[in-house]
Amino acid sequence: MYLPDGYTTLEKLREAGEYADYDLFFGPNHPGMHGNFGYVLTMIGTEIVRVRPNAGMLHRGFEKSMENKAWAANVSLIPRVCVPDPDPNEVAYCQAVEKLLGCEVPIRGRWMRSITLELSRLGSLYMGMGGLAGALGHYSTMYLMMIERDLILDRFEALTGARVYHIYNVPGGVRNDAPEGWFDSVSSLLDHLEAQMPEYDRLLYENHVVWDRLQGLAPITAEEAMASGVTGPALRATGVKADIRVDAPYAAYPEIQVDIPTSGGGDALARAVQVRLDFAESLRVLRRLLARIPEGPVHADLGNLAKLKVPAGDAYSKVESSKGEFGYYVVSDGGEKPYRVSVRGPSLPAGLYLCHKHLPGMKIDDVAAWMMSFAICPPDIDR
Amino acid sequence: MALGEKSFFAPFSILANLFRRPATICYPKHDLNVHGKPGPSLIYRGMHANDLAACLGCGNCSRVCPTAAITMTPDPEAPADPAKTDQRPVIDYGRCCFCAFCVDSCPSKSLQMSRRYIYTQPSLKEDPLEAVTWKRETFTLRPDHRNSEDPGWVQTDHTSWLDLKRQGMTQAEPEQRVSGFLEIVHGFSREAALREAARCIECGICTATCPAHMAIPEYIRAIYDDRLDESVRIMYETNPLPAVCGRVCTHKCETVCALSHRGEAVAIRWLKRYALDHLPQDERVKAAVGLKTGTAAPKKVAVIGSGPAGLAAAYYLAGMGHAVTVLERMPKAGGTMRYGIPAYRLPDEVLDAEIAAIEAMGVTFRMGVSVGPDVSFNDLKASHDAVIVGIGLFDGRTTRMTGWEAPGVYRAIELLRRHRVGEEIPVDKKIVVVGGGNVAMDIARTLARLQKLRHGKVDLLVTCLESRHEMPADEEEIEEAQEEGIVMEPSWAPQAVEFDGEGRISGLSVCRCDRVFDESGRFDPRLSPQITSCYAGTQIVEAIGQSANWSFLTPEQQTALGIARGRAPALATGLPGVFVAGDILHGPDIIHAVADGHEAARAVDALLADR
Repeated sequence: MYLPDGYTTLEKLREAGEYADYDLFFGPNHPGMHGNFGYVLTMIGTEIVRVRPNAGMLHRGFEKSMENKAWAANVSLIPRVCVPDPDPNEVAYCQAVEKLLGCEVPIRGRWMRSITLELSRLGSLYMGMGGLAGALGHYSTMYLMMIERDLILDRFEALTGARVYHIYNVPGGVRNDAPEGWFDSVSSLLDHLEAQMPEYDRLLYENHVVWDRLQGLAPITAEEAMASGVTGPALRATGVKADIRVDAPYAAYPEIQVDIPTSGGGDALARAVQVRLDFAESLRVLRRLLARIPEGPVHADLGNLAKLKVPAGDAYSKVESSKGEFGYYVVSDGGEKPYRVSVRGPSLPAGLYLCHKHLPGMKIDDVAAWMMSFAICPPDIDR
Repeated sequence: MALGEKSFFAPFSILANLFRRPATICYPKHDLNVHGKPGPSLIYRGMHANDLAACLGCGNCSRVCPTAAITMTPDPEAPADPAKTDQRPVIDYGRCCFCAFCVDSCPSKSLQMSRRYIYTQPSLKEDPLEAVTWKRETFTLRPDHRNSEDPGWVQTDHTSWLDLKRQGMTQAEPEQRVSGFLEIVHGFSREAALREAARCIECGICTATCPAHMAIPEYIRAIYDDRLDESVRIMYETNPLPAVCGRVCTHKCETVCALSHRGEAVAIRWLKRYALDHLPQDERVKAAVGLKTGTAAPKKVAVIGSGPAGLAAAYYLAGMGHAVTVLERMPKAGGTMRYGIPAYRLPDEVLDAEIAAIEAMGVTFRMGVSVGPDVSFNDLKASHDAVIVGIGLFDGRTTRMTGWEAPGVYRAIELLRRHRVGEEIPVDKKIVVVGGGNVAMDIARTLARLQKLRHGKVDLLVTCLESRHEMPADEEEIEEAQEEGIVMEPSWAPQAVEFDGEGRISGLSVCRCDRVFDESGRFDPRLSPQITSCYAGTQIVEAIGQSANWSFLTPEQQTALGIARGRAPALATGLPGVFVAGDILHGPDIIHAVADGHEAARAVDALLADR
């Protein structure tokens, strides 16, 4: 039987009126979806024909809320834009404010920022790799990785007093210095994480099921990625050496060596491997950071933070998160609150644009894996 | 990473994880000890604790809270303290996001967070869901000492959001300032003023303490927003002498400032001065006159004395639309502000600008008119609907020690007045000043300058009954006087003026004063006559207090007024239509006098409205 490309038996049957398509809501009801976002999938059997992203239940009004809070107070809201990887949001926002203020963050403060950013990256990558494993049915791997993530959160708790919403950065630096013995505990944690990696490699990356499911799934080329605005590991997985830590270094990165590993290939497997390479590089960067921690204060003196006024103007600041570029565009009218804050999240290009290209023709089973491979975190799509 | 053949048993390696220590809380069997102490991090941001006795009730937590979770409500058990309010925070945990910004911005450090995070359910063990009423009240509570035994996030000097250090104020160097009468304090630059204004947490404890109840947080806010005209307008609502008070006020507001408990108080006085110094005079007059309301039934009011009380009363009465005449026996208006306070603290041009704004409100001034000799009090009373007496304390008191009447022994207030009128006053090479208050500092520093100008060097000694820390003068006045070369000899009681063989003053003999006040704080000096000393000097100045001169009233009128010990008991007196205000009521203090003047104006207006 002759079938043109992308033309399935069921579609033929449907045209003949012998089979009906249906809408499937792939939303918060599905464990593979993150946040109150959804895709309305038009299905024929188990195959997707059309996709309609539906952010109906997501919008949390972060940007608008930020216009009503004091400059520094906004930091309590900002980490909520991305739960698994909150710190890049805090840093990007604070850096934009600091740009407008013309304020220099003390070197130890910049170091603390980089260390927490890398720890946050590790925690988020565990969630990414674990989530991918979960999406492919490897729940034990996911749970085990969550244990490692919890150990990272322990360090955050000791440093910031909270596990998830660290609220650690303020304009001018970070809120407090590391408690005694904290750097050592991070160091020993890195040893532990490194020692655990072979097992995770065996469970996830040396696994036939994972390879078979991911190889060839949703490939993109470098040109496509750049044209649609894909950043981070998904872009590097196409072979492009791009990393904001190197291209436009911030915090402690101007003084720290960061290499950009690329997996190449551009499909879901390449993206999964890229995450693993990023993880290893992050461990190395952390070791370099811990090897020479400068002394000094951790924040600049900006006076009474609650009444901070920021000179009129606008500034954009970007940070390389575990998923790609997190950018904050901040406009000030010279007052005590932002006039406008706009968040550029890394999930938008894949979550809203590439889904139209990739999902039609895909089996319903692969949607969660596809989402994980692009690290789509819908809350940063609809702020 | 590569795909290869794996051992058949490879999947079983995962079983090793069965023996790993749990990384997350496994309730209730396993108590995690990750942070050196079972439970969460040592700086955990859990439920709040608040030391209700230390809490100032300033409400800064509530203003800072990003989620509006904190409301301030009255606490019946809050201690009565002028430096605190009776408000204490109540937290709605349905809104709280546990950011700890409230903790970091608490001026008293009384608010902190704990390592506890269980509240929403009474008990996890029994009936987790039963017996819980899910209402807002369930999550709302007033934090107290209960969680404080398990502290989590507490404010440190490093995490504090408060700006505890005052902006530096540039001043003339001691050497430079003792050589003349130029103003010492230079005033804030715009940059310093904005930074200083940002320090204010806008709690308003100062407003409650200020005798005139100036809207301090509001005018500081206007300064912070760079709206000086608005700031000055707010000041004029309660004080028509803001530039004077911006220089020489006793700033009771700063004593109770919420920041002063841990750091330096907001420089409220200097901020006020900054606003006036930087606002052009025509705009200041516009702000002052803009408060005019007018009245349906204008009346005639006479004000005796143009000191702070008289000027304030005149300004507000004129603003209400009454025809006000101020009578002043000196050639210029200002009273003690002009003829008492030295120019290095309050330059004449500042006072002139202040009075010009009051004049613009429609007040008529009659200078050089002395009630009594020039115009009788009865005539004045007859020709006006009301009279406000604000004559101030213009006569110096004396110790009446042996030899006080000798030439060469002076009263400070009279010397100051003669100097400010332009007279050449006697200045010897070696002077002893008796007294420990601000007037003593004023005369000592004035004479020190004149000594420097006439004799080339300062040789002046101040002695007083009070011990150094009891001296009533402002601390900065005492320190500045010492910097200028004046010697302080506290805790001595003057006994007699000493004379040499030719009858000229040779010094002052004193004896030790052990204490000045009794246990209940009443004036009751105890002396040790056996411990004596003598200070050499050829000129002695007494600065131990002032009194009012009531000679323009008949003895009957004085009785009717109820004047006792030089002071009147209340604003409205026993003489119908006669009000008293200012120093004669509350003792020497400009801001009290301004408050009195304002109140007297309101009382007069209320009285006249009934006629």
